[in-house]
Amino acid sequence: MNQRYVYGLAALLAITGFAFFFYKWQILGFPVTKNLQTSVYTIESSVSFESGPGSIKVKLLIPTLTPGYRMLNENSVSRGYGFTVNYGAGGREAQWTIRRADGPQTIYYRISVYPDSYAKQSDTTPPFPPIPVINEPFRTAIDVLVSDVEEQSADTASFTAALLRRLNEASPDPNVELLVANAATPADFVETVTMILATRKIPARAIHGFILQGRQRDAEPVTWLEIHDSERWRYFNPRTGEEKLPDNFFVWWRGNEPLVTVEGGSSVQTNFAVQETHLDAVTIAETKADQKGTSLIDFSLYSLPIRTQAVYSVIIMIPIGAFVMVIMRNLIGIESFGTFMPVLIALAFRETKLLWGILLFILLVALGLSIRFLLERLRLLLVPRLCAVLIVVVMLMTGVSLVSNQLGLETGLSVALFPMVIISMTIERMSVMWEESGPADAIRSGLGSLVIAAIAYMCMGTSWLEHLIFTFPELLLVVLAMVVLLGRYTGYRLVELRRFRALDDT
Amino acid sequence: MIFTTPKRLNELGVLGINERNSEYIMRLNPRRLYPCVDDKAITKELALEAGMAVPELYSVISHQGEVREFAEVVSELDSFVIKPARGSGGEGILVITARSKRKRDTFRLSSGLLITEAEIAFHISNTVSGQYSLGGTPDKALLEYCVRFDPVFEGVSYQGVPDIRVIVYRGYPMMAMVRLPTQASDGKANLHQGAVGAGVDMSGGETLTGVLGNRIVDEHPDTGALISGLRIPQWDFILQSAARGYEVTGLGYLGVDMVIDRDLGPLILEMNARPGLNIQIANGEGLAKRLARIDAIYDPKATPAERARVARREFAAERQTSIPFDAVEAV
Repeated sequence: MNQRYVYGLAALLAITGFAFFFYKWQILGFPVTKNLQTSVYTIESSVSFESGPGSIKVKLLIPTLTPGYRMLNENSVSRGYGFTVNYGAGGREAQWTIRRADGPQTIYYRISVYPDSYAKQSDTTPPFPPIPVINEPFRTAIDVLVSDVEEQSADTASFTAALLRRLNEASPDPNVELLVANAATPADFVETVTMILATRKIPARAIHGFILQGRQRDAEPVTWLEIHDSERWRYFNPRTGEEKLPDNFFVWWRGNEPLVTVEGGSSVQTNFAVQETHLDAVTIAETKADQKGTSLIDFSLYSLPIRTQAVYSVIIMIPIGAFVMVIMRNLIGIESFGTFMPVLIALAFRETKLLWGILLFILLVALGLSIRFLLERLRLLLVPRLCAVLIVVVMLMTGVSLVSNQLGLETGLSVALFPMVIISMTIERMSVMWEESGPADAIRSGLGSLVIAAIAYMCMGTSWLEHLIFTFPELLLVVLAMVVLLGRYTGYRLVELRRFRALDDT
Repeated sequence: MIFTTPKRLNELGVLGINERNSEYIMRLNPRRLYPCVDDKAITKELALEAGMAVPELYSVISHQGEVREFAEVVSELDSFVIKPARGSGGEGILVITARSKRKRDTFRLSSGLLITEAEIAFHISNTVSGQYSLGGTPDKALLEYCVRFDPVFEGVSYQGVPDIRVIVYRGYPMMAMVRLPTQASDGKANLHQGAVGAGVDMSGGETLTGVLGNRIVDEHPDTGALISGLRIPQWDFILQSAARGYEVTGLGYLGVDMVIDRDLGPLILEMNARPGLNIQIANGEGLAKRLARIDAIYDPKATPAERARVARREFAAERQTSIPFDAVEAV
């Protein structure tokens, strides 16, 4: 009964901890490793034109739905222009207006995006397109081609693929030749395909975007074909019929509408530049959480002031040290002074580093112990004696710092970070144990404490673990679950296997 | 062999610390009952109320101001013991066995060393401030009768007083051992400090082989005398007293420590809510089987005397309960 509560509680804690962890890791994209950088692509489109005499109105289609990418931010730079974003048939369009402008004008629109495989296409199901009215001889050509292709295909997708293959044949038949003869640009070609598909009531449209990689000063839009198979949108390479979006393909606009229209201006030139930068993955994750409206991020340690973060990056590792302690005491059976003394010593090791920490600790305790034995002869009462030991410890620490400063050993200065009260208590308890149970026991417990402190230090100082716990503090719930489970561990300790081995001689 | 396997220990029925703590101590020894055994002054009082034999208490010193009065209390005494009321592991116990004939303020310790009255006062003062108590909390010092131990253990102890530890589970004496002081243990009957523990056959109160540290020994390391085969006097009375410890303290998992005085017979020294597990090594047997057996035959209405009888019947040492040869033939 009791046991079941324990398992239940541990399971609940672990599941809660892992659930938050997985959400933040997988959905929000918090990095599990330190210093993980995410690529951020900034795509800048500039529209230049000569201003005419009257008012000017510039329309630019801008990204709306971008499968595989999520927007970090966007902005527009245009001196003196009014700026609005509207929704048109092909998605969002940015609109700049000004009553009067002189000379050449350039308007910038900039968007920063980062890859996110969870950013799925969430487009709506389009209506069936109207059957286009097509004149001869194109009509017959299409009819022949379509009925040919239809024989070789099973469904919408395979029909599209087969059609594209036919249209791209190296030695096209006369019908195909007739149809693609006027398609000068890839966009025109896709438009023709769209029209052919419309005769079969297949919703289709062109998508235009960029292949994002590195730095491109003059990026050319790439046109792809998108069809809807009554369930979802599918992407086809118009040149091969292969169903696949290119890697790193960022969709800028859809449909056959012109990308830019400028009213009241001339000599319009549009240019796209792509730049890849790297940003800390945590920053991206926070932005993402913000966009999702998750309040989880408000409780992230990253939202604290930097100074406080530094403090918490230490504090949050103390449970790990305590967990090491539990393992050492209840699974291994190493004896130590005090329950958490080794963890506090391990904290001090963070500053002194391991070797120096151990040396300084042994030095302090050894000096403190010898002075404590001198005090013993004075027969001081308990509290004054403890106080005397504390004062001696403080003086020893000061002495060690001063001497190492003279010697130019900087590490010696960090002795100041040792918890002096803990050391005083350790000295006191060690000397009592020394008297009562002999030096062997006292030294064994002292070394036990040191070993636990060293192991705790190594665990607490592991930088990936520190990052993991700091980014996902909910993992402490998992640690708690493990501690609860270990609290009910009734098996043997490792040292007992040695201790009771005499019983096994029979 | 440095380590044995958990499987092997399990087969032997060895009780581990973790299991003892969580399955027995935490379940059967409610925290509120701990003062009954952690404070020896209270233990003594409870034992006296129940009519059990304990070493006579001369005085309790609970304030620094009273420390000086101890000389007055002991002025008529040549031997006495000073112990912290809340000490653990036998720490802080001073056994004064004699007083110098010429200098009245000098005493002889059980170790043979001399100690002055001032030094004793310092020790008492330390005790009262809590040097030997759990967690360093202020404590009391008890001045009590110094047991003159029964000659039965004379050959197998080095100074100090040998004592008998009985583990009582739910009122039933379960396992016992004799703890024999050695030179290494500084006359203290504490296995951890180097005393020899000898298992005891529950049926007849006869000692089995001993254990020193984690080693099995046949002879006392200092005297060389054979440890096994000593018959503990008044064994039935010892088991009954131990069994009554359950009624007195209410603790379901209890260690009762007794000494045998030459003149007064078995006396209860102290009781322990977290008795150690070395008793298993001393007896060469794990506790698990006996724990299970007591759970099976547990009778809430049984009197201490009945429970002591059950223990003698159930937990006889194996060599005495081995099946006779002809019985094996019959099967």
